[in-house]
Order: sequence, then C-alpha cells, then structure tokens
Amino acid sequence: MTNSWADIGWTDLAIIMGGNAAEAHPCGFKWVVEAKANRGAKLIVVDPRYTRSASVADFYCPIRPGTDIAFLGGVINYLLSNDKIQHDYVKNYTNAAYLVNPAYGFSDGLFTGYDEAKRDYDKSSWDYQVGEDGFAKLDDTLQDPNCVFQLMKKHFAIYTPEMVERICGSPKDKFLKVAEMIASCSTPTKTMTSMYALGWTQHSKGSQNIRAMAMVQLLLGNIGVRGGGMNALRGHSNIQGLTDLGLMSNLIPGYLTLPTEKEPDFNAYMSSRGFKPLRPGQMSYWQNYKKFFVSFQKSMWGEAATAENNWAYDYLPKLDVTYDMLRVFDLMVQGKMTGYFCQGFNPLMTLSNRGKLTEGLSKLKWLVTMDPLDTETSRFWENHGEFNDVKTGDIQTEVFQLPTSCFAEDEGSLVNSGRWLQWHYPGQEPPGEAKLDTWIMAQIGQKLKALYQKEGGAFPDPILNLTWNYADPNNPTPQELAKEMNGSALADQMDPKDATKVVVEKGKQLSGFAQLKDDGSTQAFCWIYTGCWTEAGNQMARRDKEDGGTGLAPKWAWSWPANRRILYNRASSDVAGKPWDDSRKLVYWAGDKWAGIDVPDYGAAFKPEQTVGPFIMNPEGVARLFTRKMMRDGPFPTHYEPFEAPVANAVAPKIRGNPAARIFKGDFAALGSSDKYPYVATSYRLTEHFHQWTKHVWVNAVLQPEFFVEISEELAKEKGITKGGWVRVWSNRGSVKAKAVVTKRIKPLMVDGKPTHIVGIPQHWGFMGAAKKGMNPNSLTPFVGDANIETPEYKAFLVNIEAIASGPVA
Amino acid sequence: MIGELSRRQFLRTAGAGVAGTTLGAMGFGGAEQALAQSVRPFKLAKTTETRNTCPYCSVACGILMYGVGDGSANNKQAIMHIEGDPDHPVNRGTLCPKGAALLDFVHSDTRLKYPMHRKPGSDKFERVTWEFALERIARLMKDDRDKNFVAKSKDGVTVNRWTTVGFLAASATTNETATLTYKVVRSAGIVAFDNQARV
Ligand code: SF4
Repeated sequence: MTNSWADIGWTDLAIIMGGNAAEAHPCGFKWVVEAKANRGAKLIVVDPRYTRSASVADFYCPIRPGTDIAFLGGVINYLLSNDKIQHDYVKNYTNAAYLVNPAYGFSDGLFTGYDEAKRDYDKSSWDYQVGEDGFAKLDDTLQDPNCVFQLMKKHFAIYTPEMVERICGSPKDKFLKVAEMIASCSTPTKTMTSMYALGWTQHSKGSQNIRAMAMVQLLLGNIGVRGGGMNALRGHSNIQGLTDLGLMSNLIPGYLTLPTEKEPDFNAYMSSRGFKPLRPGQMSYWQNYKKFFVSFQKSMWGEAATAENNWAYDYLPKLDVTYDMLRVFDLMVQGKMTGYFCQGFNPLMTLSNRGKLTEGLSKLKWLVTMDPLDTETSRFWENHGEFNDVKTGDIQTEVFQLPTSCFAEDEGSLVNSGRWLQWHYPGQEPPGEAKLDTWIMAQIGQKLKALYQKEGGAFPDPILNLTWNYADPNNPTPQELAKEMNGSALADQMDPKDATKVVVEKGKQLSGFAQLKDDGSTQAFCWIYTGCWTEAGNQMARRDKEDGGTGLAPKWAWSWPANRRILYNRASSDVAGKPWDDSRKLVYWAGDKWAGIDVPDYGAAFKPEQTVGPFIMNPEGVARLFTRKMMRDGPFPTHYEPFEAPVANAVAPKIRGNPAARIFKGDFAALGSSDKYPYVATSYRLTEHFHQWTKHVWVNAVLQPEFFVEISEELAKEKGITKGGWVRVWSNRGSVKAKAVVTKRIKPLMVDGKPTHIVGIPQHWGFMGAAKKGMNPNSLTPFVGDANIETPEYKAFLVNIEAIASGPVA
Repeated sequence: MIGELSRRQFLRTAGAGVAGTTLGAMGFGGAEQALAQSVRPFKLAKTTETRNTCPYCSVACGILMYGVGDGSANNKQAIMHIEGDPDHPVNRGTLCPKGAALLDFVHSDTRLKYPMHRKPGSDKFERVTWEFALERIARLMKDDRDKNFVAKSKDGVTVNRWTTVGFLAASATTNETATLTYKVVRSAGIVAFDNQARV
C-alpha cells in the first residue's frame, strides 16, 4: 500500500478491481464503509463475479478474467480524450513532458526490439532523449509527437468503449459509467483509492495490470494524497515483511538486488546502480545505494567485510537466472534439485499444475517441511485415493516434518499491508516438542557451520564468518534480531557539520537510514527498517492510537520508511507547496519548512522554488507514465490475452499470451485451446477460509466444509448440471471433482460477439485438516507466470465441465 | 485498571464470536448467546491477557489472547479465548470469520507436536528426535553443497552459488525469523530462494 487501511476512510471513491476486500480483507474493508457513511464516498467494483464487495457497491461492472488492461486502457483513453486529468499534477509530477527516443515504437501488439526466439526484447529504444548535459529532454507544451503524453495518447487510443466491450465482455454503458465516475476524481479536491490483491497479480501480465491503474491514478493526481494511492491489500500477514527482507531469489533486504554473473566485480555491480539524476537538482535517493549495500554486508559479515575485499562482495552468490518457484519446480522435474525446504509454505496445494509439483517433489532426494500444521506438502508421498493418487512405494524422497510454533507462541513483528511493523507477544508455549522457527534455523545454521569448521569444504567463508553475536548462539531472541534489522554504529558517528560532535556513539542503535555510511562504519540488515528499534527502544511495540482522526496513527507501531504513513506525500501539495485540497492537508510548505501530519517524503532543506520533484527515489524526480526499460514486457501496459483464452487477441490476433512471459517448453505444450476447453476459469477465496490453513480449524471447516465450483444458471442449464450435483472440471493438465454451486453471481458475458461462461473455483481444500477432503484449482492451472515477477497465472485459464453421478473416492 | 475493567464490561455485551453468530443464523441465537455472554466474564476473570495480531491476512487485526496457567512446569500456559483488540486503530475490536475462530487454529487437532521422518519408499512417518533430524539435515546439506557448489561460471567469473538445494520461506513468520532465515540461507549461497508473495 502507498497509504494505509484507515486512510481509506478519507477517500471519495474506492475502486475494488483485482480483489474482493469485503470477503478477503473484511476488517480493512470496513474503512470503505466508513468513507461511504461519513464522506458520502462511492464504491465501484469491477469483477467477474458479483462478490460481497459488489453487493455493497454503488456500481458494479462485470469483466472477463484476464482483460483488466483493456478495461483500464479504456479508462486511460477516456480520461485523455475527455480531458479529465489533473493538469498541474500530470505536467509537474509525471514524465508526461519527457521526450522519448524516436526509434521507440509499437505495432501489432509488440514494442520495438522483440526477439521471438528469446521471448524477450532489446529494450534500447525504450528510453528518453538525453541532451549533452546528461539530462533528459522535455517538451513542456506536451505537443511533441515523441513526448510521453502524446505517445500515451496514441498507445491507448485503440481502447475505445466498443473495444472494451468486445474484449472484456463489460457492457459499453456500464464501462462508460465506471469511466465517468473515475473521471470525476480528476479535480484536485476529489480522490480515488485503488484496492487490489491477487486478482491483479496472478496473471501473466500482473505487474502491468497494476501499472495501468497506477497510470490512471497519476493522471488523476491521486498518488501521495490522503484517501488515494495504489493499495495492494496483500495476502498473508507478513508477506510484506518477507518481501521487504528480500527472501526471494534475486533480492537483498530493502529492495537491493543480488549481483548477476554479468557483474564480475563490485565496480561492475555498482556501475548500474549509480542512479545519477536525470534532471537538474533531483534527489534520486537511490544514489545512496552503496550506503545501504555496505551496511548490509557489514551486518552479515562484520569484520570479514572490508574495503579491501569490496565488502565481501564475493560472499554473495551471483545469479545466472532468477530461481523463482516455477523455475525451481521445473528443475526438480528435470532431476536437478537435491533438497528442498518448505518453511510455513504448502506448495503442493498452492503452486500451479499440481501434477507437475508431485512429479518434482518425488524426484527430490530430501524434503524438509517446517510448519505448525500437518500440510499436504509434507505428505505428498502418502496415498489419499483420488485426493492424492500417488504410488507411495515408488517415491524415494526422504522427508522431515518439523513442528513449529504458531503466532500465539512467538514474539516479534509482522508488516501489515500499510507497511506498519507491529510487535506481538506469545501467550503460550508451543505444543509437544514443537519449536520456534528461529530456534530451528539457528540449529541448522550452527550445525552446518560446525561441519565446515571440522571438515572444511566448498567455499566455507560466508558460512564461517556470518555474524552471530547472540547471547545464546542456539537461540537468538526476537529482540536481538530486531535490533540487527535496524542496525547500529560500528564507530562513533560524527556530526557532518561539526566534526567534534558525536551524533551516534559506537555500538549504539541508529535512528534512521540517513545515518548509514558506505565506509563500513555502520551496519544495518535492512535499511528501510532502520528506525524500528532505536536507542529509544522498540518502536514497533508503540501503542498510542491517538491521531486526531486522521487515520494515520503515527504513534502506533512503526511504518517503513522512517515511520512515513503515506508514500510520496510531498505530491499532496502543488509545486509551490500549497495543499491541493485544504480539507485533506498532508504535507505542505509552511513558509520556512515542510509541515503536516506525516513525515515528509522529501528533503527537509528543499524550498519549493528549487522544484525538486516529489518522487525522490526516481532519478527523474517525477513518476513514470512511461517506464523506460524497467519492465520486461513494455514501457506501457498493453492488452494480452491470458495464455489460455477463449478468443484471439482482438488488438494483435497473432499473439498468444504475454509475448515476454517466460514459459518452459513442456508447459507451453500443456496449454489447452478453446475448442476443447471452452470455459474461462478463475480461482478465488471465501470469507470463511484463509488459504489452506483454516481447513484445519474446526469452526471454519464447519462454516464451509466442502470444495465446490461456482457456475451460472445458464451454464448449468446448458450442461444439465443440477444445484448441489457433482461435476468434473478439467483442463489440459488435470481434473477435479466438486459439488456445483449454481448462482446468479456469475453471468455469461458477451465476448467478441459470443457468450462466454465463467467457472469460479475456490482455493481452500486438500487432504489434511478438519474439513472434508477436497481438490483445488491448482490441479488445473497453467505453469506460467507474470513476465516480470513470475506470479503464476492463477486467475484466468480454460476448462471444460460436465455433470457426473458421484464424487471422488478417498 | 479501571479502564481495563470498563473495557471488559463493555465486551460482555458484544457478540459471542463466529460460532455464536452462526448459531444465531440458524435460529437458536438468543439462548446460546445469552449463555455465552453470562459465562464469559467468569472465564476471563482469572486469565492473562496477551496482545498479538491475527496471523491470516495483512489487515493484521489486533487481537487479545486470554490464557490460563502461569507457565510453571505443572501449570502450562494455555490460551482459552481470543478476541479483537478494541484499541487497535485498524480493526477497532472487530474480527472476521477467520480471525474470530483463531482459538481453534491454536488448538487444532492437526497441529504438529513432534519431529517426524519418512524414509525413502516408506508409507509412514516415524517419530524421531530433534537431534537426529537436525544432524541429518545438516549432513545432507553439507554433502550436497560440497558436491554441487558452483564457485566459478563457465567464463571464469566467481559466482559462489548453490543451486541444487532450495528454500521456500513462509508468509506469516515474523520479520525476526525472516532475518535469521535469510542469513542462514544466503550465507550458504542458496539462490533457489522464494517466499509466498507469488501465490
Ligand atoms: S481477522 Fe480477518 S480481516 Fe482481520 S487480519 Fe484476521 S483474517 Fe484479516
């Protein structure tokens, strides 16, 4: 989230598209209800199903799964053609005026530089025209045909209301009503908030779905303001934290990136991370990258990271490719993985194409699971009839099932969707011999280290020299670890203005990331968390909720970065520093300094006349409507069909799926076509269940005991399916049996002139737990991910359906 | 203290959680809820209150956990009631059907209690000691790392990566667990590293 939950109470218009907050985030959705009750705010829901969010919306518009970019492209076209944009914001705070290389172009659904064999682009033309002074060139009149504004107009012109209806199946009049409501927020005093979740991410172009809405929000001037923003509702309770902390193949904590093998040494690594400003006087905050990186290396390897060895640069692995989950399971199937750990993660029931997952796990030599619950993944080798039809004796994988604590037994912080780090306390001991995850990880780390100490072996240095300053090396405490995330001074830190004055003494906790150094005199595991545990104590445990009704709660817990509650908040005021909306002041120029209710996302010393842009992380100082070379699949979002679609791409008929998304050969062959699989399937969550966990919980198992699929009355009639009757649903990869729930909530849509049926498949069952054994959409879904971040295409694929006499045999 | 009392008094009149709501929906509401509400103040009187957050979705509602037992050897702490934290600025005491049933998650029949081991080809899990499991896991890691560690790429670039063992991190563990996990995993050179952000 750029903003936070209670801030939604300050919006004028909430749009829920790509999510279903009323059911999946109920206690957060409450803030939409507050906005409606207190401010007369409106709610729009755009969704393939008439969800509970839709049931309380002021306006609902249906959409075919996987066509959000066409819809949002239609909105962008509407805003531009009807001049419904916030001009001052667009001109000053976005790159609309920037001139793009004339070699850049777009035709037949492809940007310049496409290489079909590689499914990748040569992106060299996707950039600005740069002058001799090294700065990007601008046309402030926005008239130059190569300026971003004109290119954008041209790019989105194709998404007329008729085209939206043809692609999305959203009736033209309903689409226009949505566009009109959105356009009403183009004035500086009306604000829209975008609330989305996996409904946008789980597509082969998920990142571009989100970008498309971010562009809408920028055109409306809704980023950095109260009641606005791009609000990823996020899924699990600490998925924000695990991502912040870089627990992904290519990340270092705080959104730094691991080197690739094209960066053989530290200089090569830093050369592409210099972030020189692209306009005069811009802050380009990533210029401090080296400070964050060196402080991380010092945190990891202490005295072993020195200036001489480039801060132990070679201790970090260098990537040849990104080892995301999809790739790793593919490598398992190829027999190239030996062992796998699953910590609180149940991939057998959650990643795509279950048949392939079982095959992969069966080829491992060993598997370790750590979980409070008895997961399907840990029992993938056990035969459960049709629910897990495996030949146990043939599976040679050695499995360790390690019992862990659950939330009620551990202490520490979780990051909510609004980036708040909230501390919690244990209320009981783990049951039986179950242990804290920290204890387990410490044992594994210490035992591996002991083996290397004793026997030597492959490059032991990063293991042997790993910082491990815990009072009990076998049991690091959450307090010790939290302080480590924050970071401390390794030498006295002097005042930059007065060299005789010590600001932070050696050994003391740092109070903010501005104190980090690139000379090895500071350490911080995760720079964006610096400030969470200072000399003043644990800021994450703060519990003063008083905020005068602003919803920001600045003294409750601690939010990254720097306890800032709304990102880009400098953009809540105009160039002169005057709030766009006096009734929703956030950060503004008070004549001699920046004032307001939030920590300014800006340099304290800047005066408005310096025209330093509000998007201080970007070298431009402004937000990007055109993303240059930063996305694999294009600098503008463009409509691509899902890899399995009921129709050809209406704007580029020859292109299947997202042309820049990676898809492995076997998985491409496993795609189904609409002649055999005529129905569009989508997965979703129920309000009574959370992922695969609550089927272990008796109350929730009673509330929603059994797997089902949801179809329209029309499809039921066509296929002779009765309410509550058994059906078989199958894709080109697998098959499930379920009870049929026949509803009015899903209706066939007219897509490209033909009726298109949608099958809804909830994601909550398995063969372990208190609920009835059931199947899951992941038996059906394709093994392909988003072009940029490899989130599997879970929300739009093709299936067939038939009535059957009876259900599965356990 | 007075604030505490008044809040508890207030809570007595609040709804009886998700099970009560369901009973209400089935038409037995009045009697069951009245019973639940008259019992509760007595139940909570001797408990310890601990603040936590709901581990499910990232609204991260504040919760209060009520436990009995003082943690001594013969009097283990056990949580016997969970409800929304009325002081929390986001949920303000409310919980959804998931959070309202958290108690049954904590005490679920399928909570794991002992380290288990499945031998290749076997059709069952067998209970093992932590020592056995952890020693063996470390051994398996070491053997594979020594065998498959890639120190240099084909072009002679130092890459120091280990690609044949992977680690999937969770989505609900604490930042502190994540920090320790990152340190152990990355220092070993593991690159097949991911979390549940994608699914
Ligand atoms: S109670 Fe419901 S809304 Fe609140 S955090 Fe838990 S799952 Fe999310």
